[in-house]
Amino acid sequence: MDRRRFLKLTGLGMGTLAVPVSGRVIAAEELLSPGDLAHKQKLADMALDAAKKAGASYADARVGRYLNQFVVTREKNVQNIVNTESYGTGIRVIANGTWGFAATNDMKPESVAQAARDAVAIAKANSKFQTNPVNLAPNKGAGKVSWATPIKKNAFEIPIKDKVDMLMEVNSKAMANGADFINSIFFLVNEQKFFASTEGSYIDQDVHRLWAPFFVTAVDKETGKFRTRQSLSQPVGMGWEYLDGDAAEKVPGVTNRYRWSYDMVEDAIAAAKQAKEKLTAPSIEPGKYDLVLDPSHLWLTIHESVGHPLELDRVLGYEANYAGTSFATLDKWKSRDFQYGSKLVNLYADKIQPGSLGAVAYDDEGVKTRQWDLVKDGVLVNYQAIRDQVHMLDQKESHGCCYADSWSSVQFQRMPNVSLAPGSKPLTPDEMIKDVEKGIYIVGAGSYSIDQQRYNFQFGGQLFYEIENGEIKGMVEDVAYQSNTQEFWNSCAALCDKSDYRLGGSFFDGKGQPGQVSAVSHGSSTARFDGVNVINTARKIG
Amino acid sequence: MAILNKDEARSILEKVMKYSQSEECEANLNGNAGGNIRYALNTVTTAGQVNDTTLVVQSGFGKRVGTATVNEFDEGSIEKVVRRSEELARLAPENPEWVSIEGPHKYGASRAYFESTDSIDPDYRAKAAAGSIEPAKKNKATAAGFLEDGTSFQAMLNSKGLFAYHIDTGCDFSVTMRTDDLTGSGWATSYANDVSRLDTEATSQRALDKALMSRDAKALEPGKYTVILEPNACVQLISNMAGAFDARLADEGRSFLSKDGGGTRLGEKMFDERVTLYSDPLHPDVPVAAWDQDGRPRERVVWIDKGVVKNLFYSRFWAQEQKVAATPPPGNGIMEGGKKSTAELIKSTERGILVTRLWYIRTVDPQTQLYTGLTRDGTFYIEGGEIKYPVKNFRFNESPVIMLNNLEELGTPERVSAGNPIMMPAMKIREFTFTSLSDAV
Repeated sequence: MDRRRFLKLTGLGMGTLAVPVSGRVIAAEELLSPGDLAHKQKLADMALDAAKKAGASYADARVGRYLNQFVVTREKNVQNIVNTESYGTGIRVIANGTWGFAATNDMKPESVAQAARDAVAIAKANSKFQTNPVNLAPNKGAGKVSWATPIKKNAFEIPIKDKVDMLMEVNSKAMANGADFINSIFFLVNEQKFFASTEGSYIDQDVHRLWAPFFVTAVDKETGKFRTRQSLSQPVGMGWEYLDGDAAEKVPGVTNRYRWSYDMVEDAIAAAKQAKEKLTAPSIEPGKYDLVLDPSHLWLTIHESVGHPLELDRVLGYEANYAGTSFATLDKWKSRDFQYGSKLVNLYADKIQPGSLGAVAYDDEGVKTRQWDLVKDGVLVNYQAIRDQVHMLDQKESHGCCYADSWSSVQFQRMPNVSLAPGSKPLTPDEMIKDVEKGIYIVGAGSYSIDQQRYNFQFGGQLFYEIENGEIKGMVEDVAYQSNTQEFWNSCAALCDKSDYRLGGSFFDGKGQPGQVSAVSHGSSTARFDGVNVINTARKIG
Repeated sequence: MAILNKDEARSILEKVMKYSQSEECEANLNGNAGGNIRYALNTVTTAGQVNDTTLVVQSGFGKRVGTATVNEFDEGSIEKVVRRSEELARLAPENPEWVSIEGPHKYGASRAYFESTDSIDPDYRAKAAAGSIEPAKKNKATAAGFLEDGTSFQAMLNSKGLFAYHIDTGCDFSVTMRTDDLTGSGWATSYANDVSRLDTEATSQRALDKALMSRDAKALEPGKYTVILEPNACVQLISNMAGAFDARLADEGRSFLSKDGGGTRLGEKMFDERVTLYSDPLHPDVPVAAWDQDGRPRERVVWIDKGVVKNLFYSRFWAQEQKVAATPPPGNGIMEGGKKSTAELIKSTERGILVTRLWYIRTVDPQTQLYTGLTRDGTFYIEGGEIKYPVKNFRFNESPVIMLNNLEELGTPERVSAGNPIMMPAMKIREFTFTSLSDAV
């Protein structure tokens, strides 16, 4: 599901209700019935055999069952409760050294076999124009294995009534504390993915994700001004336990932030008060500021300015017609001295962090997942690459970051979790702020935009606090910062220690044509960046 | 199975009504069949095809509504999906904003299906890619492109007897050409319901010309400039703004169309008087279904008439609350323009910047419709009515509301690409705000 369809479905985009237009919507209890593993294996084998007989030198089949549940509310009303299921098979083949792909929701064995033959026919048609045959890094078949997200409470098992009651409490507390409007949502994802390949893998994975966003708006009817404060919750690779509101996981400060457990009601109350405060907060004076960026904000800057430019397919030009290419070219990497950031900056990729959106045991081409460095002591040391790419880096093993957002989408290189390692010396956010003479403390992610080679970016936020001589002076508004990726990361002057490390993330990272989404987390502790250009975004319209 | 004709679709939907035991039942049937090819680095990278058909059933008991869908169409599966939606309806809390389903309507018929597009095969796609890669190679450039074609249908029937059916085809092509010295980049796109009207080679040539022209760009200081935005450069800003023509948001005071002190700006002149924007599902160049997803007819609606805000769109609930006609959101968009080509707009420009496209556009402030983003794939300095040289890309922070008040001239409307069934003219705008430079090519 892409972001546009999510907005339409949840009514957030247009302020209207909509029924889903694709995906099979089913009763809640059916979401709990386990898939038939033997049946999936039989179907996959049928597809692999058909592909081989049609002339494929390699084939993989993904039998996928993708489940979503939404509970969508505004103020006192439940707008929509939807259970969706999408079930089908996608078959990817190499024939004549060329990729081909076909997918079908018709799960009759002969239809799946036909889709495999279609994939081979497509590969053969395209091979006439292929100049560089596919070069797959070796990958040992995994045999029959299974893995599941280590959740404590399956969110799909929580009764709908409990979910509705919780959102109604969130909404009523927000309204009682000054909100004029609130939209709140539970968004549950369960990907039941079965992967089989001609190399002898039969990998069954049960992946869970959860997101609980809200949007609180305050309106000043007199002046016509309105301001929205979004939740500080983060999408996670966890179960319902994320919503327990465990006090030990709260990070106190100018506003409470949350580590591995989220208190949605408390955050909604804070959001209502802060949305009102935003209506009268002074407008920022543009200029250079030292920025203190909370992990609830910094994840998005990491995502855009580190995650995307270090995708090898972008670097090489495969995404040129859509998201673009990258400034982080191979010559910079080969030089072994390209200073991506200051010496404090260590950025790493992984698909294994517990609780993260990217965590799985195997990627969508059957490669065991792991962690690796991207930027070490400020220097660019590696990229993100999959089986048909790593040979271009003279590396022998895929990094294990191949993903498809549906059975009907072809898998390709997607961003793993990309995180900023915390500082090695003890430092709290309060101590960091004490060292800042003129700065802005930013909490929560807001507006974001970056160019097609990932040089020039602009970010907003949810909450902005002006810092003067080591103290927070108060809230300010109309803040956005503009910088250049390399300049920005080289201005990184301090990092809080690991006790402040938290994950943020996105459910809707878009890439590819046809477009696909993926969910990805980014961890960091609070970080300071010196002398960043801040603009004022206030305008007047007639 | 993926594509059904009107009678086949109706026959399945009638089975749903036969099994329904709810007070109100509405069923939607949607299918698509299509293929695509993607190429980059002057070689084909991925290609595929996908077929899918889905039946969506919504059942209602009073103000409780449940929805379920299935993608199998035997009698047992159809009965099962009806029962499931009824079970979900009983589980759901009452929705105070519930509105009864629509009764039957008469709809216009837009012509959007073309056999030529329906019969595209993998060879056609591969040849289109080859026809784009060859000129790139000959000109020391690298092509990356994407072609996607498909046929889709939508049908609905409800227990009040409303029936609607629409079928369309489309083929979307886009290509980015980058010079091998990595200093120039050009992009072009085209879309047609009837693939016989699609010229992928000409589109590729446009992208290539832009790439070659944009080599070795010079840096200009950011600031306010007169710009000529080509249709593909304006479209997202204008369609984002039109997406905010939601009456409820305006009435609730959280829209740029809300009035200080309460009420909306409906009827106010907010834009230059040359600005007229309407939607019309039967427009031959941007045909779409003549009905909205809840069965409301899409008529010709003027949203902005000579600069005046003329209409807002409503959910059926909000229209009922406000006691007004429930105008659905637009399915397409047509902005009126003039008769001039982009070349003629350039000719009449003393100093300005020509923008091929804008990229990574995001809302900065919904209050003022302020957006940020960047120019991309062909940005040029104009002086004395001529393109003088390519310039480095800029970041902008600008509001389409301000833009449409700073209007100098409009070009001839043309169809822009895929996701946007929109006719958009090029626009010459004064004092467009560029806030920083980008090194991106």
